[in-house]
Amino acid sequence: MGGDRNPLLRLYAWLVYGVLFAPIVVLILFSFNDSKRNFAWKGFTLRWYPELFSNNALLDALWVTIQVAAISVVATTIIGTLLGLGLARLQNSRAAGTADTLILLPMVTPEIVMGISLLLFFNMLFGANGSIWQIAVAHIAFSISYVTIIVRSRAVSLDPRMEEAARDLGAGAWAAFRYVTLPLITPAIAAGALLAFALSFDDLIITSFNAGVGSSTLPLYIYSRIRFGVTPEINAISTIVVVGTAVVVLLATRISSRRAARQTVQP
Amino acid sequence: MNSDRRRDAVLLAPGLGWLVLFFAVPLVMIFIVSLGSRDQYGGVVLDGLSARNYGRALEPDFLPTVLNSFKYALATTILSIAIAYPMAYYIARYGGRRKALLLVLVMLPFWTSWVIRTYAWMILLRDNGVVNSVLGTVGIGPFQMLNTDIAVIFGMTYGFLPFTILPLYVAIDRLDPALVHAARDLYASSRAAFIHVTLPLTMPGIVAAAILTFIPTMGDYVTPDLLGGAQTTTVAKVIQTLFMSSKDWPFGAALGFLMIVITIVGTVAGLRFLRREVIG
Repeated sequence: MGGDRNPLLRLYAWLVYGVLFAPIVVLILFSFNDSKRNFAWKGFTLRWYPELFSNNALLDALWVTIQVAAISVVATTIIGTLLGLGLARLQNSRAAGTADTLILLPMVTPEIVMGISLLLFFNMLFGANGSIWQIAVAHIAFSISYVTIIVRSRAVSLDPRMEEAARDLGAGAWAAFRYVTLPLITPAIAAGALLAFALSFDDLIITSFNAGVGSSTLPLYIYSRIRFGVTPEINAISTIVVVGTAVVVLLATRISSRRAARQTVQP
Repeated sequence: MNSDRRRDAVLLAPGLGWLVLFFAVPLVMIFIVSLGSRDQYGGVVLDGLSARNYGRALEPDFLPTVLNSFKYALATTILSIAIAYPMAYYIARYGGRRKALLLVLVMLPFWTSWVIRTYAWMILLRDNGVVNSVLGTVGIGPFQMLNTDIAVIFGMTYGFLPFTILPLYVAIDRLDPALVHAARDLYASSRAAFIHVTLPLTMPGIVAAAILTFIPTMGDYVTPDLLGGAQTTTVAKVIQTLFMSSKDWPFGAALGFLMIVITIVGTVAGLRFLRREVIG
């Protein structure tokens, strides 16, 4: 089989792709619309973009988002990678089964439940009322599982004889890890870190319960604005976020897939 | 051996410790608080624990809210699978060398901020929005689309579609095409081959997709709020209000705990079904 033997299905697929991208295209288009009310096309303008840089509430929210994402990505990548490697070693043991459940549960728990549980935890045990650190702790908690699963699936697929060969040739345990295993799992770590960044940068629901005065993030800011209607400034900031994320994601997919291809050892 | 164990502990401890402290313990707190009551300032009182809040969740005047949540989640799950299955089938069977690219294209909107995507639908569906303008030029409409159930279900389906497509893609991709060929060789029509071979063998993917779509839709309060309008109530929206503005945390916690129970029952039932279908 293979090839394009089903034109109808193919047409359907392109239709779905069209619907997937249409709203985003329209959003970007209207960020260049020369009309405050944003209903109909009134001509091309760039004037909404410079206005963003004089909007202090927006810039503050962006800065908070970047700080939270930075803390979350670093911590999540380290903790998740260690956990993924550890579980790859412990495969099929009873401890790994218990750990698996603990890792899968955050992924299937509704976000709103995680949001309120952390609010209760921080407020009732520590009297905290939301801060950058509280948001970061929450983001790390829901992102660890993703990094762990990505790194583990890569680590499990590695041939253990490669590290053994390094040991036979006189490498210590650390050197064998550093020069054999680590380079092989680097694409997985990079993919995990990227996902952690996207999860943190995008999160609204969990963040909304753990943000306090002065720690509003960009998604929270956008949400509070669009509840009162559609404005071209919001289209402009959305366009920047959309284009920025797309560039990062595409670059990272290319880098990690190229590395993976180069490092695949032919049997 | 001993040093191996120590190394495993060093690898596992930070991650598992974090998840216990910042995921498991907070979930237990939801249950404890759900048994408490609120004082007149909106604080939480934990003496005299009772199941009163759960009784409130089952009262008749709260029932429409619960049913509304189920309606959105169920409709979204069914619509998502109906849309995603042919899509996943196309990528897995006809994607050829472009499979990876086709999957990235499915995932790309998912990398875009959730709020921004929902906002994009507001622009499209408003009374004087893009869809109505386009319809207007051919003399149809305008229709009210924003602030309707349809808008909420469409918005959720759009938002969670990658969660539906990926498990279906994995299931269909794993299916050996030789099995379908064998059925065709034995004179099954292409439709019979699909119903008796492809569909049952990809059932695990369908169940996984259903779970992965149903759960996030239950907990999503943003889409009902933005696309359904202020008068739309769902359990998630009520929880949000109880915590952020009306300050009745114990009742909100009880609703949250019920949501956990539904999630766990749903996931376990789904996994049971999978095990029976796959093994038995």
